[in-house]
Amino acid sequence: MQTVTQKDLWPGVHFTAVHTTKFKSSVMSVTLMTQLDRETAGANALVPCVLRRGTADHPDMESLSAALDELYGGSIEPVVRKKGETQCVGLVSSFLDDAYALNGERILEPAAALLGEVLLRPYTADGAFCPDYTAGERANLIDRIRGQINDKRVYATKRLIQEMCRDERFGTDKLGDEETVAAVTPQSLWARYQELLRTAEVHVYYCGSAEPERAEAALRSALAALPVSGDREEPGCEIRCGAAFDEPRVVEESLDVSQGKLAMGFRTGGQSCWDGKDYPALVMMNTIFGGTALSKLFLNVREKLSLCYYASSALEKMKGIVLVSSGIEFDKYETARDEILAQLEAIRRGEIEDWELEGARRILIGGHLTALDDQGRQEEFWLGQAAAGLSTTVEELCAQFEHVTREQVAAAAQRLELDTIYFLKGKEA
Amino acid sequence: MEKLTFARAGETMYRERLENGLTVFVFPKPEFQKGYAFFATNYGGMDMRFRLDGAWQDTPAGVAHYLEHKMFDTKEGNALQLLAANGASPNAFTSNDITGYYFESTEKFEENLRILLSFVSVPYFTPESVEKERGIIGQEIGMIEDDPEWRVFTNLMSALYLHHPIRVSVAGSVESISHITADTLYACHRAFYDPANMVLCVAGPVDPEAVCAAAREILPPQAGPIAEKDYGPAEPPQAVRALTEEHMEVSSPIFQLGFKGDAPARGEDSLRQELLGELACEVLLGSSSPLYARLYREGLVNRDLSYGYEGMAGCAFLCVGGESKDPEAVRDAVAAEARRLAREGVDPALWERIRKGTYGAKMRGMNSFENLCVGQAKSFFAGWDLLRFPDLFAELKKEDVEDLIARWVTPERTALSVVRPGEGKA
Repeated sequence: MQTVTQKDLWPGVHFTAVHTTKFKSSVMSVTLMTQLDRETAGANALVPCVLRRGTADHPDMESLSAALDELYGGSIEPVVRKKGETQCVGLVSSFLDDAYALNGERILEPAAALLGEVLLRPYTADGAFCPDYTAGERANLIDRIRGQINDKRVYATKRLIQEMCRDERFGTDKLGDEETVAAVTPQSLWARYQELLRTAEVHVYYCGSAEPERAEAALRSALAALPVSGDREEPGCEIRCGAAFDEPRVVEESLDVSQGKLAMGFRTGGQSCWDGKDYPALVMMNTIFGGTALSKLFLNVREKLSLCYYASSALEKMKGIVLVSSGIEFDKYETARDEILAQLEAIRRGEIEDWELEGARRILIGGHLTALDDQGRQEEFWLGQAAAGLSTTVEELCAQFEHVTREQVAAAAQRLELDTIYFLKGKEA
Repeated sequence: MEKLTFARAGETMYRERLENGLTVFVFPKPEFQKGYAFFATNYGGMDMRFRLDGAWQDTPAGVAHYLEHKMFDTKEGNALQLLAANGASPNAFTSNDITGYYFESTEKFEENLRILLSFVSVPYFTPESVEKERGIIGQEIGMIEDDPEWRVFTNLMSALYLHHPIRVSVAGSVESISHITADTLYACHRAFYDPANMVLCVAGPVDPEAVCAAAREILPPQAGPIAEKDYGPAEPPQAVRALTEEHMEVSSPIFQLGFKGDAPARGEDSLRQELLGELACEVLLGSSSPLYARLYREGLVNRDLSYGYEGMAGCAFLCVGGESKDPEAVRDAVAAEARRLAREGVDPALWERIRKGTYGAKMRGMNSFENLCVGQAKSFFAGWDLLRFPDLFAELKKEDVEDLIARWVTPERTALSVVRPGEGKA
């Protein structure tokens, strides 16, 4: 069985250690959490990418890769995530567990040290980030931002969020935008990096076979150069109770595609992950609506009416919005939209069969428990909890799902309000 | 059941061949929450021409995938929903060479396993249900045809291969699937879904004997005939076309660079070739290689660069893919690096590092039940055991990798596929 230990390493620097012997690897991450803001999002996203280019001791990618190979092909990846209106930038690493080292050597301590080195001792030039690395990663990040159009399913959801939350922080993409990224210089990025180290809330994570005390010691030592600060921020998240207008906004765009994408954004009427005992009902509602292959959207819109290849819904638990995503033929727009809304109406009326309710419950519980079998998913879960300031465990959440009733699910659905529709169609449609 | 221990990988595997020819593998994992079952047939998108009962049959592109969609239909309804109602997450995929059905669940594992074995072994479709699926699969084909990553890879296959059916899309086209009927599906199920042509791999907190008992109870007691496959005339060693290009709505050019290899032998030689192929990629342009560092510095590749070895019956190749403002420059740089390695050999220190790094990364990959079970299923069809890799790995020589690069990474065996930004087909 695994155990979870949580404590603060320093003020505003939280540590979560998951002790388990069932994996062949250990996962460590350090994440800087800051308020999502259009002005700083691009620079924040760029920071871990530039850090990953080289350190004082390993000044280029070749020497850094060589060091990782020596640690049995460990990985340290720059990662940018968005949890509600908190932007999370940092490094996620995975290393072979000590038990599988060929010569019985320790991997955890040197691995933690390398992780800390990448975060805190970058390769510099003239007291700032090296101009080459900054320019290279700036170009890469701009390519990534432009590349978001390549996957039309993801793109449609991104555009929906942009339109729906255009005057909220949430409307900013986790990678920032092209304009602010292009304006970054080695000096401005250095200033942003220093600011983050000083003021961001920090989440440090370990999962593996080492005792929590040993992992803590390794990471404390690796992160000792982190500035000690008494006033690290606690990012918040604005939740809007209802839609901005009486009629939903409709945004249509054309691209050179053969399949249309219909994305619909709903406000949850203020319901969020902070609602204690009501939150599990909100999650169940989303699961029944479009969360699984048993859901109303999947069974009716896809299977029964063959209206689309996929139709699903996702809950943004901190922001209090539900996003529906579907792939349809261009001329099925009205039919698909009306059917999606009809399915929501059915939930509001409490038209939920026993097998739908129990199936959703079993899938939710099973889905949560299997996160315990995957180090990456478990890291993601605990980062989400850290961003929300919650410490509920996977097992505790599962226990809450056991008690959700049909009436609670219907009540959660009744508070949903359609805010914005985004429709991506073809050029000739 | 026979118990095999793989000391280096720290794994135990149980194996049994049942009376009906099905081979069962079980990896007991008492510490895990979930059980995972993978039930696969040695039949995929490329197995379009086969002989059954003495007669050769040519089936339309996309049959294996169509069949996969329809297998979830049961007399009582739909197995997908039946499993989901039990809290299981079921799914399936069709690749070029295999079709696999799987689920994971934290509750009622044995009951779910029986459902899986039953719906995959008992076909149930009607002309109406087959007709209805055509719309859904047509939508899926539309979606993948809009995917630049899929197009750039599919185009590469037609540039590398002259006859081999890996050239043909696994899902087929809207046109090719228009010829598929319930009779086609029944015929293909009979040809390839016999237990003797299948494998069951399970990992999780399970009792190996209980897995075998479920298989004996649900599946037919005896082995039936297995179809003989045909992949057309032998492939020439050269690529068909050096360059293939297309325009789509993408932000910057994406590419796949392929090197046509020799078709793998059966058995552990095929594992050996796979490991050598992977190491060849690492040495040539892996994240620790001097070439990668230079290409990255020059902005010719980014962190999304991916590379690897693919091998299946009748074909094998190395491929490298990603985004680049100048894919031709990447191709030329790889060719130049291959010539340099032929001249100078691989740096011994780099070789040792890459061996250590690749070993650790592969071992970490064994955390995943999916990697373990799908990997073992594919290995079994190719004639070896997945967890033998650490032992074979220890025997690999630098010279063998140099030799593979010298033979495969040559101009005649190279093809480049590019999707460039701009108005496309629609």
